[in-house]
Amino acid sequence: MDYFAQQLINGLVLGSIYGLIAIGYTMVYGIVGMINFAHGDIFMIGGFIALITFLILVSIGLTTVPVILLLVLLVSMAITSLYGWTIERIAYRPLRHSFRLAPMLSAIGMSFVLTNFSQVAQGARVKPVPPIITGGYTLHEGADGFAVRLSNIQIIVVITTIVLLALFTWLVARTRLGRDMRACEQDQTMASLLGVDVDRTISMTFVIGAALAAVAGMMYLLYYGLVDFFMGFVAGIKAFTAAVLGGIGSLPGAMLGGLLIGLIETLWAAYFSTEYKDVAAFSILIVVLIFLPTGLLGRPEVEKV
Amino acid sequence: MNINDILSVENLTMRFGGIVAVNNLSFTAERGKITALIGPNGAGKTTVFNCITGFYKPTSGTIKLRHSDGEWRLERLNDFRISKIAKVARTFQNIRLFPGMTALENLMVAQHNTLMRASGFTLLGLFGVPSYRAAEKAAIDLARYWLDQIGLLERADDAAGNLPYGDQRRLEIARAMCTEPALLCLDEPAAGLNARESAALNELLLKIRAEHGTSILLIEHDMSVVMQISDHINVLDYGVKIADGTPQQIRDNPKVIAAYLGADEEEAIAVMEGET
Amino acid sequence: MAATASQAKTAHGLNTAFILKKAVISALVALVLFSLMIGIRTEAGSDGQLTWWTRFGDLAAMVAVVFGGSIVMELLRHWWGPVETVRVVPPSAQKAFSFAGRALVPALLIFAFLVPVIFYDERYILDLGILVLTYVMLGWGLNVVVGLAGLLDLGYVAFYAVGAYSYALLATNFGLSFWICLPLAGILAAFFGVLLGFPVLRLRGDYLAIVTLAFGEIIRLVIINWQTLTGGPNGISGIPRPTMFGIPLTPGDDGLAARLGIEFSPTHRIVFLFYLILALALLTNWVTIRLRRLPIGRAWEALREDEVACRALGINTTTTKLTAFATGAMFGGFAGAFFATRQGFISPESFTFHESALVLAIVVLGGMGSQLGVALAALAMIGGFELFRGLEQFRMLVFGGAMVLLMIWRPRGLIGHRAPTVFLERNTAISSDLVKEGHG
Repeated sequence: MDYFAQQLINGLVLGSIYGLIAIGYTMVYGIVGMINFAHGDIFMIGGFIALITFLILVSIGLTTVPVILLLVLLVSMAITSLYGWTIERIAYRPLRHSFRLAPMLSAIGMSFVLTNFSQVAQGARVKPVPPIITGGYTLHEGADGFAVRLSNIQIIVVITTIVLLALFTWLVARTRLGRDMRACEQDQTMASLLGVDVDRTISMTFVIGAALAAVAGMMYLLYYGLVDFFMGFVAGIKAFTAAVLGGIGSLPGAMLGGLLIGLIETLWAAYFSTEYKDVAAFSILIVVLIFLPTGLLGRPEVEKV
Repeated sequence: MNINDILSVENLTMRFGGIVAVNNLSFTAERGKITALIGPNGAGKTTVFNCITGFYKPTSGTIKLRHSDGEWRLERLNDFRISKIAKVARTFQNIRLFPGMTALENLMVAQHNTLMRASGFTLLGLFGVPSYRAAEKAAIDLARYWLDQIGLLERADDAAGNLPYGDQRRLEIARAMCTEPALLCLDEPAAGLNARESAALNELLLKIRAEHGTSILLIEHDMSVVMQISDHINVLDYGVKIADGTPQQIRDNPKVIAAYLGADEEEAIAVMEGET
Repeated sequence: MAATASQAKTAHGLNTAFILKKAVISALVALVLFSLMIGIRTEAGSDGQLTWWTRFGDLAAMVAVVFGGSIVMELLRHWWGPVETVRVVPPSAQKAFSFAGRALVPALLIFAFLVPVIFYDERYILDLGILVLTYVMLGWGLNVVVGLAGLLDLGYVAFYAVGAYSYALLATNFGLSFWICLPLAGILAAFFGVLLGFPVLRLRGDYLAIVTLAFGEIIRLVIINWQTLTGGPNGISGIPRPTMFGIPLTPGDDGLAARLGIEFSPTHRIVFLFYLILALALLTNWVTIRLRRLPIGRAWEALREDEVACRALGINTTTTKLTAFATGAMFGGFAGAFFATRQGFISPESFTFHESALVLAIVVLGGMGSQLGVALAALAMIGGFELFRGLEQFRMLVFGGAMVLLMIWRPRGLIGHRAPTVFLERNTAISSDLVKEGHG
């Protein structure tokens, strides 16, 4: 039982990170109807920028951990958002009203560019950082000596995710930008006729998605203590899987899918085999889609005849 | 089910969530006749069509079809089998041609099942056996015949998506006829047509009935079409049948006029002046 | 730069201030983007500690490149006019193009047959030719699924892998010859195609994308982890080379060279492999062209155009989709078996998502559904990729960038029209603007 509880905690933390990335996929899909294959790499860039900012701050003598974290978070979000914005401008906007496969391949190309850009710019080797946040709580100590632990970093990941999710839900539901986003999602032509700046709204969607991915990248850095140029691919595919599992286009779905993928992966690794944890995650996705072709919380597609 | 009926819809009900689109509807369509289904917008006509052609599974009720090939319960058949086995063909309210294929190709696709058998489910066809070539030639001839019937022989090799709207409507009917149906279901075939095109459509449908013995089930708003060619008319309002009879009976039925007046004044006048 | 700018201004009323403003903004954006990623370099030291140093020179250079590049782009755009005007091709040019297209096919074919004769002594070109033809074949195979049936498949590499591993395992474990294994590899791959087809029958668009992608990943992960069967990450080596119908291409006494009484040369095998893949690719092409004119091929295209209409016409969309997946997969399996026998060694590294993306890019860039287009796109992409070999680590960067630019330049591919499968009087090509893309 203790072992299970520990795996549950680990799974939820991993799932939170996936969920943060998945929101970016789902938002972009909702508004422009394309898979942003480069989103996983945006997450990776976010991780790198967090790492570099952290190194600089430490070497100029900053020692207060909360201040460092806040600055790293802000810089990483700011610069990564600009990546999201630029990619949309260069690779997607010219193809906005084009055939569906063209922007998707453009996105795959962009993903290659970003992966190899950071390989060229920062080298191929894994970049480790010493643990920044240490300590934690022992929740329960079993008779066999196995202790269920909740580390501070896990708490930070989960709390950050919850706060961002709340903020984001508020943004979509209550602000002018959110209303514009929902309008563009329904009908871009009509939205622009009613005075919504469609280009700006789409840009902002990419910016917000990238900012959330940057947070995920930073969390990943803090949690696993390393980044490398290739991590965007695997994390991207997992998050994309999560978004689809939850029902692409649905924000709660993305979070739910993220948590589920994180849990499936962790529990499978804990009880069955580490090697096949990804196979398990993908297989469950396929099985779910056989029965719910639009994911768990996706709107069922009504076939208009 | 009467011996002369090809289609018999009995107690058909279709619910979408809390909305009852069709409520306990019964009507029949006589073999070799043109039966019309009319009613104000939102009366549930297309829903009935979708139930008959298998795109919706009705909540309850039965749909019986009987012709020389046998007898079927359509609500139990899978979508594509309704066309393949039970020989029911349909057109769509929003034209659904294959826009990137030529008019001729559209009609060839409609003969898929015949050609599939002839091609030995592809294997024989791959090596171009003579029997398949003969079958393909016959298919082209049938397509040519229908293109000629709808006056589009000249445009056989043009992309369907490039044809004018009225031509597309007629091509869709020709495509449905290429499946050699026993029952042809037309969903607003005259929508968007001008008076001349409507008249040509009337002629085409009457010809289909006369020369091919195909029974026709028709949804239509254009009263000049409905009143002139229908043998029998069923009137729907809010998913319920409110009247049925010959065009003359329908024209004089106060319930029908009321339903149309309640929904739309212009349409009611159109009903009353349908003959003109 | 200034001279050309002012010249352009007199000719077309160029707005220099606007261009400069745009360039400055681009440069500023680039400065922020690259500030940390290029301006700072991190590296893990030998003791595991991260160190960093600045590279402001590189950063300045990059920003300058973006500034200059932005100006050049604007000038080019100004001279060539908006992209839309380029797309309207006058009928006369279209005719000339279609004539060139008709002449191009035999010319390409003859050239392909002559490559081993012309470049007999240039091993590098022969190898490259084999590589290009492998991708032509893969492209043609995937074209059945994506181009004709309009079903998106992001995991095509799975079938390539199934074919390669089928041959490798059958040949190394049971000693079966290449010619027996080739059809078996195709059948097995087709079986996997059906296996993938079933869960995706009801799926559309992006759901289809992720499931096919996941399928490709599952196959790769199973290959990596099922070590007892596949050798895991180490792969399978010592895969038998193909024989010319039983006659090995080796220096021994029973080898082809000895039997023909000519001196042995390792090039013989390369030439044989070249013609083998050429034959396989042409077989794929021939079958696809035939299938397009058969009811099944028309049903695939109709499915791409409108699935609902297909069902209303009595077409069984389930079997239609499954046959498309199976046919495409089978060709992938053939190509895989060829790959295994050519390399003599296979490992999971050859079957990543990257390959799927590359083949899909070839199909889309070719102009979906066009056989000639796919061949040209494979030649351009693989050949072009080889041109950048000298760039080493920048190669993939350039490749990705090229992919983006090509898509923006020609979203509908090189060959932008569809040839009808049957005609009464005129065989006129259909503009790709009318052709649907399917729901994949």
